[in-house]
Amino acid sequence: MANKIPRTPVREQEPAVRATNFEEVCYGYNEQEARMEASRCLNCKNPRCVEACPVSLQIPRFISLINAGDLAGAAAAVAEDSSLPSVCGRVCPQENQCEGSCILGIKGEPVAIGKLERFIGDWGRNTGSLTVKCQPFNGHKIAIVGSGPASLACAADLAKAGYKVKIFEALHKAGGVLEYGIPEFRLPKAGVVAPEIENVKKLGVEIETDVVVGRTVTIDSLMDEEGYEAVFIGSGAGLPRFMNIPGENLNGVVSANEFLTRANLMHAYDEAYDTPIYTGDKVAVVGGGNVAMDAVRTAKRLGAEATIIYRRGEAELPARREEVHHAKEEGIEFRMLTNPVEVIGDDKGWVKALRCVRMELGEPDESGRRSPVEVPSSEFDIECDVVIMALGTSPNPLIATTTDGLETNRRGCIVADENGATSRPGIFAGGDTVTGAATVILAMGAGRKAAAAIDAYIKTK
Amino acid sequence: MLAENICLMDVEAPRVARSARPGQFVIVRVDERGERVPLTICDYDTDGGTVTIVTQVVGASSARICALEEGEYIANFVGPLGRPSEFVYENIEQLRGKRIMFIAGGLGTAPVYPQVKWLAEQGVKADVIVGAKSKNLLIMQDEMRAVAGNLYVATDDGSEGFHGLVTQLFEKLVSEGKNYDVVVAIGPMIMMKFVCLTTAKYGIRTIVSLNSLMVDGTGMCGACRVTVGGRTYFTCVEGPEFDGHQVDFDEAMRRQAQYKTIESRKAKAEQEALEGHKCKVGLH
Repeated sequence: MANKIPRTPVREQEPAVRATNFEEVCYGYNEQEARMEASRCLNCKNPRCVEACPVSLQIPRFISLINAGDLAGAAAAVAEDSSLPSVCGRVCPQENQCEGSCILGIKGEPVAIGKLERFIGDWGRNTGSLTVKCQPFNGHKIAIVGSGPASLACAADLAKAGYKVKIFEALHKAGGVLEYGIPEFRLPKAGVVAPEIENVKKLGVEIETDVVVGRTVTIDSLMDEEGYEAVFIGSGAGLPRFMNIPGENLNGVVSANEFLTRANLMHAYDEAYDTPIYTGDKVAVVGGGNVAMDAVRTAKRLGAEATIIYRRGEAELPARREEVHHAKEEGIEFRMLTNPVEVIGDDKGWVKALRCVRMELGEPDESGRRSPVEVPSSEFDIECDVVIMALGTSPNPLIATTTDGLETNRRGCIVADENGATSRPGIFAGGDTVTGAATVILAMGAGRKAAAAIDAYIKTK
Repeated sequence: MLAENICLMDVEAPRVARSARPGQFVIVRVDERGERVPLTICDYDTDGGTVTIVTQVVGASSARICALEEGEYIANFVGPLGRPSEFVYENIEQLRGKRIMFIAGGLGTAPVYPQVKWLAEQGVKADVIVGAKSKNLLIMQDEMRAVAGNLYVATDDGSEGFHGLVTQLFEKLVSEGKNYDVVVAIGPMIMMKFVCLTTAKYGIRTIVSLNSLMVDGTGMCGACRVTVGGRTYFTCVEGPEFDGHQVDFDEAMRRQAQYKTIESRKAKAEQEALEGHKCKVGLH
């Protein structure tokens, strides 16, 4: 029986070594390991993994092609549904999606679908064997706002269908959260992100950077003056949340967005770049999601003692399991059931401690997780000189406030139906700007659905 | 070069030039290694597609911006950022009835200029006080004179105009019978703080333009957080202009200095590298 073979372990950088550098943590499978792992797949008739994948990747198909040694075929099968397999293989929460629904996982360990996707994505890119055919130009121009995962997926599908697509990016580099948010040690920029974006450009997609939609141009000026017949908004959730507790504007309190943008996009960890970053000796990161893990591990790599402060318990941590595991291996301290109530400053206005209270878990809340309740008179101080707030983000209001008639909800998210159609005809939206901060793969799924809806909209216009 | 360590340049940026309004700013990344530096829009030519910016050397990136020669390229130039000045949205007739005073300190002259110019184009003559440490640090005097109602100059050392601070000159003008409905102050934080303390005495509404630290300039990082009227705002998207009497200047100044030690070290290295480079040219 195929499922008697244990899950193939993946090679990783030694924790003690990698905690001091920014090179990728996980080395991934080589061909032999990939084929060994691929042989474990049962090739189910009704593959639950495909159902659980937001972009419906044909998982058993590409895995059986790897198993058969037809790597080119496997890469082509993946490319049909995903333009970013090397990214998704690295950052998707597989345990809640494909791998979480793998039959093998019931009694043993699921097939390492993520690692296989990464392997085949990397193989396809490195061999340059992929040639995706586009339909001839159909005479229609589509504008896309933002160049993150939702936009890239939408752009790729539209370009394949024959549209002329232009992406407008506010920052100086394309990629959105893949570029400014996720660190190099988890998602290499030059090796993985840039080539995947290059692949989208090869489909004929144009990317114009340094254009802030809502300031430099507006959605309406793109449609009325520049001749775009439809617009897709994939501008993400870039606005950082703070706790609104006393002392939050002290020197040394930063958002995870700021900390990670300085480190990732601006290369502040590299002395050759001008952008400064301040880590101090002791860093407290507030939050328990992937962004919190990225921030705390970046701080550790910059030489600080780094701690996660989270108000619920370990079982409730929303981060990918692999990231939590890696963080622990690297010596990150986890203080669970702890909630900050005030940032304490020294006489010069710099952070010196984080005042917290202990929490205990009460009844489940609307998210299904047990909600944390404060333990009375349990205040205590955690000494630190930097506090990083990783509490989640919401969509930037810039586009909604500069586009008349574009409906948003009370959380500031653009209101769109399941196909991405907004309250204004011709304007579509998807990804974090609609859902609030979520995952790369959900954003890609939304981008693909919107691409199909835009195609239908143009054809019936 | 406008003065020591202050340079002015026209940048070809048609999209920015077309959308720019008074009060807005840009972010410039000079090259791959450069920081994203927020800079003042000093003028813009919608038809010519150019934006005029003024830069003062304060760090490594601004040093390289000022070292650029005519015809060279800037890697990234994004804008216009921030909200336009509030008077852009006001009724022109009402605006014409207002007595407006601009107080510009040092480099603050640059962002004041497009505002005064815009008002002049609408037929509103605003008075302007320009202050600097010394005569050789005064910039854009002729341009300002051409668009201002009355132009008053103050220098700390008395080398030109009034001998003293802009706040002292302002109080002198008021004591001589001048009246203003609104004051717009742009310059170093410390100057804006004292202008606000002064105008508060007379109950004159005062607008300031904050030059907080920024990374992206689009509301993504929160480095530019400022407390106004007890609430936190992001300068980059909700500013840069705020009601000066509500701004917590002490916090703003402290936050502005957060990266000073790291930056000055890098700037020094950069300066040495640039000077070292010049020396070599001299030798050959």
